[in-house]
Amino acid sequence: MSAYDTAHHDDHDHHGPAPGLTRWLYTTNHKDIGTLYLWFSLLMFFIGGAMALIIRAELFQPGIQIVDPMFFNSMTTMHAIVMIFGVVMPAFVGLANWMIPMMIGAPDMALPRLNNWSFWIMPFAFTIMLSTLFMDSGGPAGGWTLYPPLTLQMGDSFAFVIFAIHFMGISSVMGSINIVATIFNMRANGMTLMKMPLFVWTWLITAFLLIASIPVFAGAVTMLLTDRYFGTSFFSAAGGGDPVMFQHIFWFFGHPEVYILILPAFGVVSSIIPTFARKPLFGYDSMVYATASIAFLSFIVWAHHMFTTGMPLAGELFFMFSTMMISVPTGVKVFNWVATMWRGSMTFETPMLFAIGFVVMFTIGGLSGLMLAITPADIQYHDTYFVVAHFHYVLVPGAIFSLIAATYYWIPKWTGNMYDEKLGKIHFWTSTIFVNVLFFPMHFVGLAGMPRRIPDYSLQFADWNMIASIGAFGFGFAQIIFVWVVYKCVRGGEKATDEVWEGAVGLEWTVPSPAPYHTFEEPPPLAVINKNHF
Amino acid sequence: MNETGSTASEATAADNTPVDKSELARKHYVVAGKMFLLAIAMFGFGYVMVPLYEVICEVTGLNGKTGRISAVESERRLEQTLAGNDADALQREIIVEFVGIVSAGGNWEFRPNEREMRVKLGQQYVTSYFAKNLSTQPVVGQASPSVSPFAAAKYFNKTECFCFTRQEFEAGGSRDMPVTFVIDPKVPVNVDRVTLSYTFFKSKDQQLSSVTFDSGEPSGS
Ligand code: HEM
Ligand SMILES: [Cu+2]
Repeated sequence: MSAYDTAHHDDHDHHGPAPGLTRWLYTTNHKDIGTLYLWFSLLMFFIGGAMALIIRAELFQPGIQIVDPMFFNSMTTMHAIVMIFGVVMPAFVGLANWMIPMMIGAPDMALPRLNNWSFWIMPFAFTIMLSTLFMDSGGPAGGWTLYPPLTLQMGDSFAFVIFAIHFMGISSVMGSINIVATIFNMRANGMTLMKMPLFVWTWLITAFLLIASIPVFAGAVTMLLTDRYFGTSFFSAAGGGDPVMFQHIFWFFGHPEVYILILPAFGVVSSIIPTFARKPLFGYDSMVYATASIAFLSFIVWAHHMFTTGMPLAGELFFMFSTMMISVPTGVKVFNWVATMWRGSMTFETPMLFAIGFVVMFTIGGLSGLMLAITPADIQYHDTYFVVAHFHYVLVPGAIFSLIAATYYWIPKWTGNMYDEKLGKIHFWTSTIFVNVLFFPMHFVGLAGMPRRIPDYSLQFADWNMIASIGAFGFGFAQIIFVWVVYKCVRGGEKATDEVWEGAVGLEWTVPSPAPYHTFEEPPPLAVINKNHF
Repeated sequence: MNETGSTASEATAADNTPVDKSELARKHYVVAGKMFLLAIAMFGFGYVMVPLYEVICEVTGLNGKTGRISAVESERRLEQTLAGNDADALQREIIVEFVGIVSAGGNWEFRPNEREMRVKLGQQYVTSYFAKNLSTQPVVGQASPSVSPFAAAKYFNKTECFCFTRQEFEAGGSRDMPVTFVIDPKVPVNVDRVTLSYTFFKSKDQQLSSVTFDSGEPSGS
C-alpha cells in the first residue's frame, strides 16, 4: 500500500537494530520486545507442555507407574503456573507490543525503558520458579491456587515461589501501565477510541483488569509469606485467622485473571474473522460494550469457585446469577463472530481455521462453565475432571488457539515471508483432532466422579484416561509442526505483500512487510486512518 | 469494505500536527502515575478484605462464627419473648451435639464431656469440655468454635466460653472447661439439631501469663 512512513529522516542516526546480542538486552524497541516476549512464551509453552505430558503419562493407566505422587502434584501445580503466567500472559503482552503501536499509528510504546524491564524480569522470575523443582523440598505441590494450610506446609522453597510470583506480578503491572499510557496518549490524530481495532480495545480493558487484580494477588501471597515466616495469622485458625478467607482474596483476583487470559483472544479473533469473511466486523460497538461488561462483571462473580465452602444461601444465589449473567455479553460476542461470517465470501487460510476453531470450541467451554455456575450441580462437579475439561476448553482451543491464529495472521508482517500454508493446515487439523481427543473425555470421567489433581484413579475411569493421554501426546507433537512452520517462515519463504491478506483492514497492513524497525515516526494521514477501521 | 461513513471532520485535531515531545512525556507520567496509584490501592484493598471479611462473618454468622452475649442480655431477651406472643417458641426443643477436634499436630487430649443435650430455646445451659496437655512443656491452647448448620450459627449465643480466652496448661496439666450457651428463640423453625464444634489449637501466642496455673484448677497427673 503506502510507504509514506519509510521515508528516511536524516535527523535520526539509528534506523536499524544495534548489532550483537546486547541488542536484545538493551532494546527499547517495541518490535524487539514483542519478539522477546513471543519467543519466551514459546519456550515456556514447551516446558509447561512437557509437564503436562508427564501428568498424562502417569494417568495413562491406573496405579502409580512413572512418578512419585509428590512430584506428580508439583507437576500439576507448576504446569498451571507456567501455562498461565509464563505462556498465555506474556504471549499476549508480546502481541500487544508488536501490534498496538502499529495499529494506532504510534512510533513505539509510551514508556520504552519500562518496557525493557517488564520483559527482562520474566526470565529471572521463571528461572527462580522452575529452580524450586530442583531444591530439596521440591516445587510447590498444593495446586496453582496456593490454598493454605496445605501450601504453607511445603518446604522452604516456598519463599522462592512467592518471590517469583511477586516478580511476575510486577512485570505484568508494569507492562499494563505501559499499554494504558500508549493507548491513551499515543494514538495518531484522528484515531478516536471508537475507531481503534478490537485487539487494542480488548487489551486496554485487559490492562485495567491486570492493574486492578494482580496487586490483590500480590497481597494474598504476601499474607501467605508473613503467615509462614513472620508470625502473622491471616489464614491460620490457631491465631484467629481463617483459611477460607484466602480463597475469597485469591478468587477476587482469580476470576478477573481468567478474563485476562481470554479478552485479548477475543480481540485477535475479532481481527481475523472479518479479513477472511471479507465483511466488516458485525456489531463493533456491541463488541466494545460486551468486553467492558465482561470486565466489570468479572469482579463480582469470584465465589463461584467456592460454592462448596458453605456460603449462606443468599451468597450462593448471588454468585450463581451474577456468573450466569457473564454469558450474556459472551454470547453477544459469539453471535457477532458468527454474524460476521454469515454470507461472507469466506476463505479458510490457517489463521481463519484457528479462529473458527476458537469460536466453536471456546463456546463448548463456555457451556460447561454455565453448567458449573449452577450451584447445586457444581456441588457434584467441583474438583472433578469436569472442571478440568471446562477450563481446558476455554484455555487451549480458546486462548492458545487464538495465539496460534495471531501468529499465522501476523507473521508475514513480522518476517516479510509467507508461512507454509500446507503445513499450517496440517497443524490446524492435527491440533483440533487431538485437542478434542484429549479434553472431551474429561467431561465424561468428571461427571462420573473422577477427582482432579490425583496421580491414581479407580479402574472405571481407565478407558477414557487412556484416550485422553493419547490425545495429549498427539497434541504435543502437533505443536512441533508449529515450531517448524515458524522457523521456516523466519528463515525465508515466499515474499509477503504489504497488505498480506487481500482487503485486510488495519493500519498494520499499510506498512511494508517485513515491518521496518521504526514505523509511524510520522503519524499516518487522516485519510489512511479513516480508510482502515470498521 | 473499508467504507465506514466517517468523515474527516470527526477528527478533533488538525491533521497530524507534530506533538510536543516534553508535553507528551508529561502526559505519559500522569497516566502511568495514576495507574501506579490504582495498583497500590488494589494492593491495599487485598488487605482491607481481611477486616471486611471478619465483619461480614460476624454479622451474618457465616463460617459458623457464633454470637456472644452477656448473661444479662440473655435474661432480658427471655423476658421479652415471654412478654410477647411467641412464648410458644420457648416450648420448642433442639438437640445440641458437641464435637471436639484437635488441630493437626497438636499434642492434646480434647473432648466434650457430654455428647449431646436436649435444650429449650431461650434458656441458658452449661456444659464442659475436657482438655489435657500431653506434652512435657507448658503450652497455651486456643479453641475456635464453629456451628452448623450455618443458618443456626447467629442464633447460637454463648454467655461464657473457654474459647473467649487463651487456655494455659502446665506440662501434663488438664481440666474441664465450661461453656454457657443459649439458643435464641428466633432460630429458624426447620432447625431441630445443631452441632457445636471446637477445634483446639496450639495458640500462636505462647507467652505464659505471670499468674500460675491454680486459676484453672489443674487436676495434674
Ligand atoms: C461463560 C463463561 C464462564 C463461566 C460461566 C464459568 C464458570 C466457572 C465455574 C463455575 C468454575 C468453578 C468450577 C469449580 O471449581 O467447581 C470455573 C472454573 C474455572 N474457569 Fe470458568 N467459566 C467461564 C469462562 C471461563 C473462561 C473464559 C476461562 C479462561 C479463559 C475460564 C477459566 C476457568 C478456570 C481456569 C477454572 C478453574 C480454576 C481452578 O479451580 O483451578 N472460565 N468456571
Ligand atoms: Cu471464575
